[in-house]
Amino acid sequence: MNNGPARISKFSYAALIVGFIFLYAPMLSLVIYSFNESRLVTVWAGFSTKWYGELFNDQQIMQAAWRSLQLAAFTATASTILGTLSAIVIVRFKRFRGRTAFTAMITAPLVMPEVITGLSLLLLFVSLGQWIGWPEGRGMHTIWIAHVTFTVAFVNVVISSRLQEMDISLEEAAMDLGANRVKTFFTITLPIISPALISGWLLAFTLSLDDLVVASFVSGPSSTTLPMVVFSSVRLGLSPKINALATILISLVSIAAFIGWWLMWRKERQRLRDIQDITSI
Amino acid sequence: MTAAKAAAPSPVLPTDNYVTINNISKTFDGFRAVHDVSFSIRKGEIFALLGASGCGKSTLLRMLAGFEAPTAGTILLDGLDLNGLPPYRRPINMMFQSYALFPHMTVEQNIAYGLKQDKLPKHEINDRVQEMLKLVRMETYAKRKPHQLSGGQQQRVALARSLSKGPKLLLLDEPMGALDKKLRTQMQLEVVRIIERLGVTCVMVTHDQEEAMTMAHRIAIMEAGQISQIGTPAEIYEQPNCRYTASFIGSVNLFEGTLDEDQIDHCTIKTADLDVPIYVGHGVTGMTGMPCAFAVRPEKVSMSKTRPEQMHNHVAGIIQDIAYLGSESVYHVRLQSGKMVQVELVNAVRWGSERFAADDAVWIYWEDESGVVLTA
Repeated sequence: MNNGPARISKFSYAALIVGFIFLYAPMLSLVIYSFNESRLVTVWAGFSTKWYGELFNDQQIMQAAWRSLQLAAFTATASTILGTLSAIVIVRFKRFRGRTAFTAMITAPLVMPEVITGLSLLLLFVSLGQWIGWPEGRGMHTIWIAHVTFTVAFVNVVISSRLQEMDISLEEAAMDLGANRVKTFFTITLPIISPALISGWLLAFTLSLDDLVVASFVSGPSSTTLPMVVFSSVRLGLSPKINALATILISLVSIAAFIGWWLMWRKERQRLRDIQDITSI
Repeated sequence: MTAAKAAAPSPVLPTDNYVTINNISKTFDGFRAVHDVSFSIRKGEIFALLGASGCGKSTLLRMLAGFEAPTAGTILLDGLDLNGLPPYRRPINMMFQSYALFPHMTVEQNIAYGLKQDKLPKHEINDRVQEMLKLVRMETYAKRKPHQLSGGQQQRVALARSLSKGPKLLLLDEPMGALDKKLRTQMQLEVVRIIERLGVTCVMVTHDQEEAMTMAHRIAIMEAGQISQIGTPAEIYEQPNCRYTASFIGSVNLFEGTLDEDQIDHCTIKTADLDVPIYVGHGVTGMTGMPCAFAVRPEKVSMSKTRPEQMHNHVAGIIQDIAYLGSESVYHVRLQSGKMVQVELVNAVRWGSERFAADDAVWIYWEDESGVVLTA
């Protein structure tokens, strides 16, 4: 690497290592203690996988995890659809009455404190229930609506920045070649912005899976999500089961990230091979 | 001059009004981009809209394509009124400045896109795509994605795609804008060759006069949303009808003055830059004393160190600057009035440019028929 940019100084290396330790040491210790024999989280008493067994036998946690994953998937799908529609309206329809207000309102949840979002949605659901009888009680559907409400802002930002980058003459070319607006959207716009749709979906999925505050406000009796279970069990005293749960989540995220990287790498290698094949003809 | 121009349609034919543009105007938020423009385009012709940026030429092209609706006026294509027709219902295709090749599709899929919209049978689409690939000599690149192609190759694909549906009218938006200069000259002739082989009528927009003169049969000069002149490249260059056209195309020396004498076979113009009135070998229609300008191109002005023998059209000056360009030299001569005149001499003899040096006292002169009188 003697042709690289300026040499990185020893201080920079040290700062990098300290930074990584700060970020990852807590997670590493969490993973290590998930294999702890002892019930006490801070005392090491030998290797064991018994907490994993207990975790899988804990119906409350397993149900909450399954519920949270479903909720996150539904939330991500709904907010990707809504976020795409709103991004198209904002980016492609430059002149309509109330565009500024619309843009401000769709992105407001980005800066709105979660406590306020949660509280106001709770008040909305309660008064709606009184006026029109829906929603009768609170449960998964109300958490879903609440999660879509705040994740759609993030998805909108991701997709509208991609749409803004996209050369508008691509859409014009498609229409010029005989495709109407709907056909153009599905054959040209959507494939081109698809990376943004995927990252928007994943972002919404993560935000929903992670949310504790909003869900606490609008959840009902049988709709405890995973973060709520974790948070309440921590208040009762730390259990190594939670460590085991966290370890599984970290592994899943790492595997997903690795698969993503591997697919990208394979695609790039295939592309380079294609070029070589064609030039050698 | 390409061989293409010899084949340009003769002036009076029933196909003369293939595309008719009637009193077209376009206003954006009070800004008049195109103002009351009317002209017609012949069948099989390559027609260039030439002008500086912001003159309305692109807006006019976009109205032809259907991306902008005219504020007023009508456009007829082969008898079909285009008003209200969306881009996807017009028998018109456009090659975009950025080419706008679909990045997620291969070369083949790009060319097939328009044909698929017509719901043609698969084998017909394939045949047509192969034909188009052959036309632009890109057969071996059919499976590549646009980002794996060079600029020139991308342009060929874009051209093939815009020709694939056999449009009645082809639009080219700054066709050479994204290419480097060397490739440009080569592609200009190739694009003309392809368009003429298919006989498709073509409207192109460009700000590059060399490109317009190389490629087009006729050129419309646009300025501030209006057309100032329409003609063949030679007509536009040799017989400009106003000061703007004269100075926009090539370089020109303009002498401002007043019409002194106007006869059938000649006229004279009084100007402060010359001692005797300029003698022009053709008459103009105008009143004596009206302000006008005399325009003469630098290559039509001669220069000598001795006083020329002709009675008119000569003036003394001093060489201020010399631009040596190899094949020719451009001399900037300062007249006694302070006016700068450009003289372009071809270096027909080796070291011929060394006849004149800076600060030499010279006489410049021109023939009676060398220049034109501009009244607008």
